[in-house]
Amino acid sequence: MATVTPLRPKPLAQRAEAPVVLEVEGLVTAFPTRHGLFKAVDDVSFALEAGRTLCVVGESGSGKSVTARSILQIVDTPGRIVEGRILLHRHRTSRGKGSDDTVDLASLEPRSNAIRAIRGRDIAMIFQEPMSSLSPVHTIGNQIGEVIRLHEHVSKKAARARSIELLRQVEIPTPETAVDRYTFEFSGGMRQRAMIAMSLACNPSVLIADEPTTALDVTTQAEILGLIKRLQDDHGMAVMFITHDMGVVAEIADAIVVMRHGKLVERGSVEKIFFEPQHDYTKMLLQAVLDLDRPSERRLERRAVQPLGPPVVEIRNLTKHFDLRHGLFKRKGHVLKALDDVDLALRMGENLGIVGESGSGKTTLGRCLLRVHDPSGGAMLYHGANGVTADVATAKGAELAAVRRDIRMIFQDPFASLNPRMNVAQIVGEPLLVSGIASGADLRKRVGELLDLVGLPANAMERYPHAFSGGQRQRIGIARAIALEPRVIVADEATSALDVSLRTQVLDLLLDLQERLGLSFIFISHDISVIRYFCDRVAVMYRGQVVEVGETEDVCNDPQHGYTKALLSAVPHPDPRHRGMLGRHRYQAGA
Amino acid sequence: MASVLDPRLHTDTEVASQWRLMWWSFRRHTLAMVGLVVVIMLYLTGVFAEFLAPFDPQSASSRHVYHPPQMIHFIDSTEDGWRIKPWVQAYTLERDPFTLQTTFNLDEGNRIYLTFFGKGTPYKLMGLFPGERRFLVPENPRDRFFLFGADRLGRDMLSRTIFGTRVSMSIGLVGVTLSLMLGVLLGGISGYYGGWVDMGIQRLVEFVLSLPTIPIWLALTASLPPDWPPLTRYFAITLILSLVGWTELARVVRGRFLALRAEDFVIAARLDGCSEKRVIFRHMLPSLMSHMIASVTLAIPVMILAETALSFLGLGLLPPTISWGVLLKEAQNIRSIAQAPWLFVPGAFVLVAVLALNFLGDGLRDAADPYAQERG
Repeated sequence: MATVTPLRPKPLAQRAEAPVVLEVEGLVTAFPTRHGLFKAVDDVSFALEAGRTLCVVGESGSGKSVTARSILQIVDTPGRIVEGRILLHRHRTSRGKGSDDTVDLASLEPRSNAIRAIRGRDIAMIFQEPMSSLSPVHTIGNQIGEVIRLHEHVSKKAARARSIELLRQVEIPTPETAVDRYTFEFSGGMRQRAMIAMSLACNPSVLIADEPTTALDVTTQAEILGLIKRLQDDHGMAVMFITHDMGVVAEIADAIVVMRHGKLVERGSVEKIFFEPQHDYTKMLLQAVLDLDRPSERRLERRAVQPLGPPVVEIRNLTKHFDLRHGLFKRKGHVLKALDDVDLALRMGENLGIVGESGSGKTTLGRCLLRVHDPSGGAMLYHGANGVTADVATAKGAELAAVRRDIRMIFQDPFASLNPRMNVAQIVGEPLLVSGIASGADLRKRVGELLDLVGLPANAMERYPHAFSGGQRQRIGIARAIALEPRVIVADEATSALDVSLRTQVLDLLLDLQERLGLSFIFISHDISVIRYFCDRVAVMYRGQVVEVGETEDVCNDPQHGYTKALLSAVPHPDPRHRGMLGRHRYQAGA
Repeated sequence: MASVLDPRLHTDTEVASQWRLMWWSFRRHTLAMVGLVVVIMLYLTGVFAEFLAPFDPQSASSRHVYHPPQMIHFIDSTEDGWRIKPWVQAYTLERDPFTLQTTFNLDEGNRIYLTFFGKGTPYKLMGLFPGERRFLVPENPRDRFFLFGADRLGRDMLSRTIFGTRVSMSIGLVGVTLSLMLGVLLGGISGYYGGWVDMGIQRLVEFVLSLPTIPIWLALTASLPPDWPPLTRYFAITLILSLVGWTELARVVRGRFLALRAEDFVIAARLDGCSEKRVIFRHMLPSLMSHMIASVTLAIPVMILAETALSFLGLGLLPPTISWGVLLKEAQNIRSIAQAPWLFVPGAFVLVAVLALNFLGDGLRDAADPYAQERG
C-alpha cells in the first residue's frame, strides 16, 4: 500500500562560486500614511546567485512580501520605492549576450514597457494563493500560452505545444488534456503546479516564490518544494523563496536573509544562520521552532505527578455525511463522508491531538462535538462532573446548553471569531451574562480576573478586538472559552494563524490553564510539531477515518499506518543537516 | 498574575469603536462629505420650511402672474454713500391694451428693501409652534419679492420649493423606513432560517421584482379615492412606494445574514449559550447596521424619484400638497418652457438631492468596512 519513492536527497555539499544575477542594494519601499511615510522595507540589501536559493524569513508584517514585490515594481499603491538599486545582471544569465547588460529595476517606471518586458521573462513570480492568482474563466493552456505569446513571437499552436511541455515538466498527469481544463477543476497542489508552469513559460533566470506552499498541506508542500528544486537544477534559476517556516528554510535554502519590521536583521549561508546565529531575533526564531519540535517539559513533569483520570468524552461510531445535492430538484448526487465511523476517547486532564490534512474531517469532528453540526450517526458520551452521562449527539434544549457550558471551543481565526462591534469586556462576559452567572459590577470583576488569567491587562476591557495583535486576540478567545469553568476545550487550529514565536506562548498558556483549572483538551491541528509539544496522545485522521491513535511520541517516532508515515516524512525538519524530506514516503489509499 | 506575557502589549490606550473608525474613513471621502452637508441642509430646510419661506406658499396674487426671478443685492448705494442692506429691483406690470399680453419691466428707481428675521405672515412651525418671524421678508409687508420667480397664480416659487423639499425629502425617509422594516424582517428570516422559508421568501421577492413598477404604481395610486385628505394620501403613496422598495433591502439583508451565520463569532455566540433572539439582535444586526445605513441612503433617492415621477404624471400627490413632483407638473406644457423657465427650479433640487444622497451612500458603503482598508 505504501510506496517508498526515494527522490534525490540533496546533501549539504560544498559549493562553488556562482554568478550573481540580481543584486538589491539599500532598498527602501515606503507607504505614505496619515502619520508620515511608513517604511515597509528599510535599507535591505542581498544578492541572488544563479542556481541558488535565497530564503527570506520573517514573521507577518516583516516586509518580506513587499521586498519581493518591489523587485518587480508591483507594490500596492500608494507604496513606492524611495531609495536603493535593484540590479539585474542580464549578461550573466543564459539570455545574456556576453556584453555588459545591467538594468536598474528600481529606476524603471512601474507602468513602463521596460519593466513589463522583464516581468515574466527575466523574473517570474509565484504567489501564495494559487486560487486567486489564476483566472477562473480561462483554461490553464490559455493562461500559459498568453505569457509565452506576450514575450515571444510564436504562433498559437506553438504556444500550446510549449504549454503542454511545461505542464509535463511540472509533473501534471496527462498534460494533453489538462491544458484545456479550468483552474477550478484542479486541486490546490495542481493549481500551484500550473502556476509554476506559467512562471517558467519564458525560462526566467530569477524565480520569486512568495510563500508558495503556505496554503498547501504538508505532503503537497513537499511535492512542490521538490519540484521547484528539480526545476532549479534543470534551468539554473536563482530562486528567492519567501517563507515564515524555518523547516522549509532548512530544507531548501542555500543562503538566508532574516527580516523584521522591514529591516534586514541578519544574512548569511544556511549553516551560518542555523548553527551560529548572531542576532537575538534570529536566535529567538530558531529557538521557537526547536522548542516546538519536542514535547513540552512542563507537560511531562505534570503528567508524572498527576496521572490522567477516567474518560470524560467517549466518541463511538460517529459519522457525519454532508449532502452535496443542491437545489429544488435534488438530482442523484454524492454524499461526502466527512466523518466515517470515528471512535475516540478523551480522558480527564488529557490533551488529545487530532492531526490530518485539509478535508480529513478533523474540523468537522470538533464541530460535531459542540453540535455546531448535527452528526448523522453514532454517539458522543459526555460524563459530567455530577456523574450524569449525556449523549451529546442527541442532546436537546437544556441538556445541550449544559453540555455546551462544559465543553467549550477556541477558534482558529482570532480575527473572525471575535465580534468586531463588541469590546473585550462584552465578548468575554457574554457567556457569563447569558447563562445568568454574573452581571453588573460582579461581571466586570470576573472578566478582569479572566483577562488576568490569560495574561492581558485589565485596561484591555474597554478596547475593541481590532486594537489587538493576533496573539492577544487569541488570548481573548481563550478567556471567553474558560469563562464558564469548562472541563473540556476543543481547540481548532488555535495556533495556526499565529507567528511561530507566539505559538509556544499560547500553548504554554493553555498548559498553565490546564493545571489551574483541570481542563482536558482536544487539540486539532495540521502542524505535527505543535501536536508533539502539546498533546499526550494523537489521533491521525485521513478522509474521515481515524487511521492511527497512540501516545504522541510513539506515533511520531514509530508510525504504524502508511498514511502516518507519509505525513510525518513530509514534515520539513528545522535542521539543514537532515534534508530527508525529499526522500520521503508517499501514500496512496487503495494503491 | 500572568506567567506568560505577550511582548507586544499596547501600552497606549486605543479605544476606537467601530463607528469612530467608520467616521474616520468616511471623512477622507470628499464627495461624500459634500453629499452629507447638502443632505443635512435639505432636511433642515424641510424641518424649518415655514421659517425659511418668505411667504405662504398658497397665497396667490393676480398682479404677479409669471413674475420673473429677481436678483438679490446686498450693498445698497444711495446719494449718501453705501450701506449693507439686502434689496431687489422692483418690476412694474404692463398690459398691452390690444393683445392683453402682460410684460414685467424693470422699475429702475424703485427698490424693495428686505430684512432678515423680520415679521411676516404668521405661521405654525410644523403645524405646532406659532410664529411670525421669517428668515427674509420685505420691509414693507405689502411688497412681494420673487427670488425664484412666480407661477401661473403668482405664488412665490421659492416658498413653494422650500415646502416641496419638506414633502419630497420626507417621503423618501418614511418610505425607506417602511421598506426597511419589511426588508429586514423578511430578509432576516430568509437568511437566518434558510431552507424552505428562504425559498418561499426569495420567490416572493422575485415575483415582486418582476412586476413592472410604473404600471403597478399607476394602478394602485389611481385606485386611491381622490377625496382623501392630503395627509392620508401622503401615507398611502409612501406605502405604495415601499411595497416595491423592500425587495432590494430584503436581498441585501438576506445575503449578509447568510454570510454572517457561518462567521466564527456568530457560532461562538451560539456556543456561549445565547438565545436565537440574542444572536440575531445582539450579534448579527449590529454587524449589518453600517451596511444597512448605506443601503438605506442609496434607497432614498429611488423613492424621491419615484414620488416625483408619480406626482409629475398627476397620480401621486395632488395639490394643495406641495412636492417637487407636484411643482414640476406645472412645467409640463410648452408655454411654461417659453414663458417661465424658472418653473424648472424644483427639478434642479431633485437633481441635487438625488446626487447628494448617492454620494453620501457611496461614501458610507466604502466606510462601512474599516477592516477592508486596514488589510491589504
